[in-house]
Amino acid sequence: MAVPVVLYYLLFHYLPMAGLAISFLDYRPYKGVFGSEFIGLENFVDFFTSRSCWTVIRNTFTLNVYDILIVFPTPIILALLLNELRSRWLKKGIQTVIYIPMFISMVVLCGIIKDFCDTQGVIPQILLNVFGIDTGNLLMRPELYKTVHVFSSLWQYAGWNSIVYVAAISAINMELYEAASVDGCGRWKRLFYVTLPGIGPTILVMFILRIGRLMSAGYEKVILLYNPLTYETADVISSYTYRMGLQNGDYGYATAVGLFNAVLNLIILIAANNIAKKKTGKGLW
Amino acid sequence: MGVQTKKTGYKIGNFIIALILIGFALICIYPLAYVIFASVSDPTRLTQHTGLLLTPLGFSKEGYKLLFHNVPIATGYGNTLFVVVVGTTLNIFFSLLAAFVLSRPQICLHKLLNKMAVFTMYFSGGMIPLFLVVKSFGLLDSRWALILPVLINTYNMIILKSSIEGLPATILESARIDGAGEFTLLLKIVLPLVKPTIAVLVMYYAVEHWNSWFNAMIYIQDRGKYPLQLLLREILIGSNTVAASMGADVDKYMSLTKYCASAVGALPIMILFPFLQKYFVQGVMAGAVKE
Repeated sequence: MAVPVVLYYLLFHYLPMAGLAISFLDYRPYKGVFGSEFIGLENFVDFFTSRSCWTVIRNTFTLNVYDILIVFPTPIILALLLNELRSRWLKKGIQTVIYIPMFISMVVLCGIIKDFCDTQGVIPQILLNVFGIDTGNLLMRPELYKTVHVFSSLWQYAGWNSIVYVAAISAINMELYEAASVDGCGRWKRLFYVTLPGIGPTILVMFILRIGRLMSAGYEKVILLYNPLTYETADVISSYTYRMGLQNGDYGYATAVGLFNAVLNLIILIAANNIAKKKTGKGLW
Repeated sequence: MGVQTKKTGYKIGNFIIALILIGFALICIYPLAYVIFASVSDPTRLTQHTGLLLTPLGFSKEGYKLLFHNVPIATGYGNTLFVVVVGTTLNIFFSLLAAFVLSRPQICLHKLLNKMAVFTMYFSGGMIPLFLVVKSFGLLDSRWALILPVLINTYNMIILKSSIEGLPATILESARIDGAGEFTLLLKIVLPLVKPTIAVLVMYYAVEHWNSWFNAMIYIQDRGKYPLQLLLREILIGSNTVAASMGADVDKYMSLTKYCASAVGALPIMILFPFLQKYFVQGVMAGAVKE
């Protein structure tokens, strides 16, 4: 019974891990892994001395920092607001609506983002007609790429990510609220003395998990939204790997970049996990 | 008097909170509504219009006609459906098998196997080596390339594993004493007991297959095997050639067909999601309990 399971993990997870070896090769598909020339760390040296290296590392880092500053806190605020709603059907209705974007495919969402950011699209038109700011196509402006990326993430994920916090709030003992009310606590005091301390541990765990992904950024959205004009600010490590490897066919080099990113992610995750264990007693492992 | 103002203040607070949330919900749903309104609008009026759209501008099915005529949408749906149905079935079968195997401390190398599976969540060979592996198995340009590499989602499998571990040990023991083999045990005893978790996993796997496009983009060359999302990508992100035959009207129809393509991709999920929402929410809870 264990055989198919082990086979799956070996073939599609551990064999590719062994395949990381090609990052030390001048890999030529027609020569194969064993026929290609061993070049040591040359691929890594090439990457670290390339102009793209710092661009993609910087973009990956800043994109994540913006994401942590903007996309991380919003679900918490949403959950706190949802908790204050008295009408059950309104709460249910709002929840259903704000969850939906999470389940629409990335292709369609990015298609919509592109359309809304176009010169003739909704957002530049509103900016032009209401505020008198002529932005042109937002996705053609390198300095605006990260803004578009992060604020559209808010639309995609903030609603769905609020679930964890809504659940954490509903797990708080109701007697605490009653006692607080009896003691004369208003809405704000209940928020600061009951709700926030109640969901504090959840927020901390989610935050540490988020920090664990500090240097990983999904390539899907980036490669759907970027273009040569915005590579400078949009390209992240994983989209660069994709372009170098699968579009340019520079397999060894791209694998080296991917390996660098994977190791970096692992180190950050282990560090974050150790902090989590120290602070909360819980961790991923 | 003081109590009265306090109550009024509270009510105003409630009103503002409701307003903020409704505002956010509108922002979430509006882009999707916009796309659907635009997709059935009159193409001439649509080109002249700028800014927000609160209703369709007139009514026209031309965009959809053009789209279905020029793009093998039906074939795309067919390919996607194949991957969703066959893929999800195999996902569930192998996840169940893995979860069962890994939940049993009796099995040899139990600890090592568990660690091997969990490790893949935190470290992987990455895009290029996996691509080369899939290629070397001769899976390029095959629908199986969309199914086999993602056969088990380890995170989902672990959710299932913890729900198997939550079953009372006595049930499994007494079945074993009654002489049930391992497969009988899995299919006749374990499976019915973890059905609620399976339902959650079916949803997650199915929606993942439905929305997936990147693997198809790198593994599939033959347009006849393109899943829906890849066809939509050509129209929405690449150069939209659907309207090429429209001569002078090409610009007009280009944006219209884009809206139609978005609607084709989004509508099925928008219609089904409210009914299936509870399963997805349960999935988050199950994952949270695990951590």
